[in-house]
Amino acid sequence: MIEDSRLLDVAEAWRREGRRVAIATVVSTWGSSPRPAGSLLVVDERGEMLGSVSGGCIEGAVIREAMEVMRGAPPRLLEFGVSDEQAWEVGLACGGRVQVYVEAVE
Amino acid sequence: MKLALLEELNRARAGKRQVCLLRLLDQGAEALVVEGELRLGGPLPEELIAAARRALREDRCQLLETSAGRIFLQVFNPPLRLVLVGAVHIAQALAPMAALAGYAVTVVDPRRAFATDSRFPDIALVSDWPDEALESLAPDRRTAVVTLSHDPKLDDPALIVALRSEAFYIAALGSRRTHAKRLERLREAGFTEAELARIHGPAGLDIGAVSPAEIAISVLAQMTAVLRRGTARIPSVGGEQAS
Repeated sequence: MIEDSRLLDVAEAWRREGRRVAIATVVSTWGSSPRPAGSLLVVDERGEMLGSVSGGCIEGAVIREAMEVMRGAPPRLLEFGVSDEQAWEVGLACGGRVQVYVEAVE
Repeated sequence: MKLALLEELNRARAGKRQVCLLRLLDQGAEALVVEGELRLGGPLPEELIAAARRALREDRCQLLETSAGRIFLQVFNPPLRLVLVGAVHIAQALAPMAALAGYAVTVVDPRRAFATDSRFPDIALVSDWPDEALESLAPDRRTAVVTLSHDPKLDDPALIVALRSEAFYIAALGSRRTHAKRLERLREAGFTEAELARIHGPAGLDIGAVSPAEIAISVLAQMTAVLRRGTARIPSVGGEQAS
């Protein structure tokens, strides 16, 4: 597994290669959530990604938002809540909630 | 995020600086505080820079609600390291405890009979002479150095290198009398009183520790207090001053 702060080196390297890059950061969590505040996901315009902001349940949605941000939309703050029933399925055992900030590297 | 800011952030991290990235979530802006000073972005109110310094000290990311909207403080601290000089009994207790507390631990002892893998499973061992070992480990602001050997031939050279470094915590085990003699030798080696005051000696908080494990707790507690509070003078958890 790649250490979170190293992901920022990857983001810089990708951007320097001319790729469009977005960074998603967990900025707050409630309840039990698999990834703590500060966790990062780096993604490029083709959907290549490194890191994670959850156990995998919200990555798809985060990447969709990241695509829009890479195409020029302003940075955005996403919020995901997980009901108790879903929570068990996705591994957020007590119905976690998580806020993720998505921004492009300009 | 601007590429220039990302580059500056990565450069500061590579240089083992303490960096706090501030994201002004409602404005889509960001700023960088490096070693407690605003480096890029802003201007920022002084209390926000103070909050960034606190987040770095506590090593904790946090989301603030401010009059300027929500601000996320993301902390990038270099890894914590602990160098123990003397592969003695107390080191056997302190090394795994410190590893649990998040330190990358290195034990230095040129005496091969002491520094063995069976005595220190999963701990990095260095059998160089302590001054050479310390010079190559190059203690930084996230490094603690604790001498445990009681042997001036091992402890003093390590302390000399530690005192010339930015190590956040320097401590030496030994009685008050031993410590007084140690300070006398280091004074003769040219260190000033202010420099010598950086050495916590005898090492550890006064919690009545007797066994090696208890002494390890007392040293780790003092190291933690200096790391998180910037001081070893601390009241008890209940609030009243320890008597």
